[in-house]
Amino acid sequence: MSILLDENTRVLVQGITGSEGTFHTKRNLAYGTKVVAGVTPGKGGQKWEDQVPVFDTVQDAVDETAANASLIFVPARFAQDAILEAADSGIGLVVCITEGIPTRDMAVVYPYMRAKGVTLIGPNCPGLISPGKANMGIIPGEITGPGPVGLVSRSGTLTYQVMYEMFTRGIGQSTCIGIGGDPIVGSNFIDILSRFAEDPETQAVVVIGEIGGDEEERAASFIKENVDKPVVAYVAGFTAPEGKRMGHAGAIVSGSKGTAQAKAEAFESMGIRVGRNPTEVAELAIAALD
Amino acid sequence: MDLFEYQAKELFRKFGMAVPDGKVAASPAAAEKVAQKVGGRVVVKAQVQVGGRGKAGGIKLADDAAGAKAAAEQILGMAIKGHKVRRVLVEQAGDIKSEFYASFLLDRTAKAYLGMMSAKGGVDIEEVAATDPEAIARVHVSPLTGLQPYHVRELLFGARIPKEAHAGASELLRKMYACFVEMDASLVEVNPMVLTGDGKVVALDAKVSLDENAGYRHAEFEKLSSEIPLQKQEKVAKEKGLNYVKLDGRIGIIGNGAGLTMSTLDVVAEAGGTPANFLDIGGGANAATMAAGIDLIFSDRKVKSLFVNIFGGITRCDEVARGILGALDQLPNLKAPIVVRLDGTNATEGRKILEEAAHANITMAPTMLEAAAKAVALTKGRRA
Repeated sequence: MSILLDENTRVLVQGITGSEGTFHTKRNLAYGTKVVAGVTPGKGGQKWEDQVPVFDTVQDAVDETAANASLIFVPARFAQDAILEAADSGIGLVVCITEGIPTRDMAVVYPYMRAKGVTLIGPNCPGLISPGKANMGIIPGEITGPGPVGLVSRSGTLTYQVMYEMFTRGIGQSTCIGIGGDPIVGSNFIDILSRFAEDPETQAVVVIGEIGGDEEERAASFIKENVDKPVVAYVAGFTAPEGKRMGHAGAIVSGSKGTAQAKAEAFESMGIRVGRNPTEVAELAIAALD
Repeated sequence: MDLFEYQAKELFRKFGMAVPDGKVAASPAAAEKVAQKVGGRVVVKAQVQVGGRGKAGGIKLADDAAGAKAAAEQILGMAIKGHKVRRVLVEQAGDIKSEFYASFLLDRTAKAYLGMMSAKGGVDIEEVAATDPEAIARVHVSPLTGLQPYHVRELLFGARIPKEAHAGASELLRKMYACFVEMDASLVEVNPMVLTGDGKVVALDAKVSLDENAGYRHAEFEKLSSEIPLQKQEKVAKEKGLNYVKLDGRIGIIGNGAGLTMSTLDVVAEAGGTPANFLDIGGGANAATMAAGIDLIFSDRKVKSLFVNIFGGITRCDEVARGILGALDQLPNLKAPIVVRLDGTNATEGRKILEEAAHANITMAPTMLEAAAKAVALTKGRRA
């Protein structure tokens, strides 16, 4: 098992004919992901790379191919529209890679998706991978393999680092999910943790947080109350100054709020071990399996 | 993007909000002119993006235009908590009957907009929140429905705003919300919102933060941002499109991806070093971007060494290695040591390229932790 994504997931790609969309769709296909359709308005009827049918609308693509998950690569200014179109076309899982979407657009999208019961991962995220089964997004499949550890993170490359540290020690993952670095993302740590808690294949979970907001603090309390499996954590940004955006739009310390220190302490106060660096958290996760 | 008070008030005017009569001035003569035009008693306020300007002597009352000129002479050029004052706002001084607090902001936890109001205005709201939380009325506004009249009533009655101010305050609140949403703001704050002797409700101060991601749909963002001074390196970074934040240490940092770069800073600090900056080079590890990044980092004279920490995912380490060498070709006078750690996609090829080049500046390290230790050790030997 894995969560959200497996070898049977039927993926459509919104923005498949763009350069990002093309590059990553090729990689996802090569990994074994079932990519059944693409959507680019005005290019319906074409075949992308001679293999994937392209449609003008998400609804057409869903009707024709029974796609049940959408991967979005459209530019930021079209992303709100693309996410809502997917949600209104009967798609159950929407993964939005796009970076730089205005917060106001997401403020409208978020409650709509929740009310509709559609799962949104991202935006501004690397997507998710269930190693050995399917890859939906931009996570490099080469640095991981199937295994018992679930991983959820607000970051991209930092996640790859931790995956790779485990992989080189012979431990793979059930599913790895980057939930995104924006102030409003579709799924939070708790949404993903509750899925990992119920997944029989996942034996331990790694949570990778960073400065800004209070997702980590809320996840810590949730884990103590609701997750029986071992969970270990890492938090990036101990050296981040107040009031500066550290790359991600959501990674900002505001006053005394959102510091890495407070987040690490929140995890530890709930009995969750915190690695001091990516290497240590990978080692803690592996040790937790025994 | 955090606006200056004068910029925020210009925005407020566009939304029809009541603000004191006045204008920004960059010289004492200009301040005098504004005061003449406004007439009567004026207040001269330093335009800085830091709190506590009143206590620092950055706000002065003047009885007439000559007084405004003298006040501007004193305030312009002064440094408030390290921020140099380049402009003053000259405004009509009104008589204040009572002061309130009002704001709209994004509540990240609730993923909704949050309106806040208090009858305790003109003081630090975080202080009020800590000592007297009951004094602040809060109401969540769904972005799907927008601000409704009941939201405004909950704020006014909840904060026990005096009845005589209700009409004026509710109009200001509605316009504040319109400004917040239409301008893609993450914060619109009025502290204090004042009730004047003649029964008007006016925004006496203004704080606005705008979401730069929405810049493409607001032509005015560029002009607003051009008026906000940047520190030297940050200015260059902005021009070159580099994701850079200046810090105060001696070890320059280049990483790929925001999370990994933040983590690199932390690992360097843990190894006993001081990071000089945050620079996320993203996928742009080609020679030109790398050279721009390295050049930028060493333009800070305190920087004595550089740690390049790359995890190849989509970015290939062999391309990064060529990028680093290409960058160093463009920077022949660079003497500082550079510690490089490459891992992930094509790391073996990348390391081989750097080893064969045997560049005098470059030291390789197999892991992130060893690289951090090496960077710290190499920096210790060099003069501050």
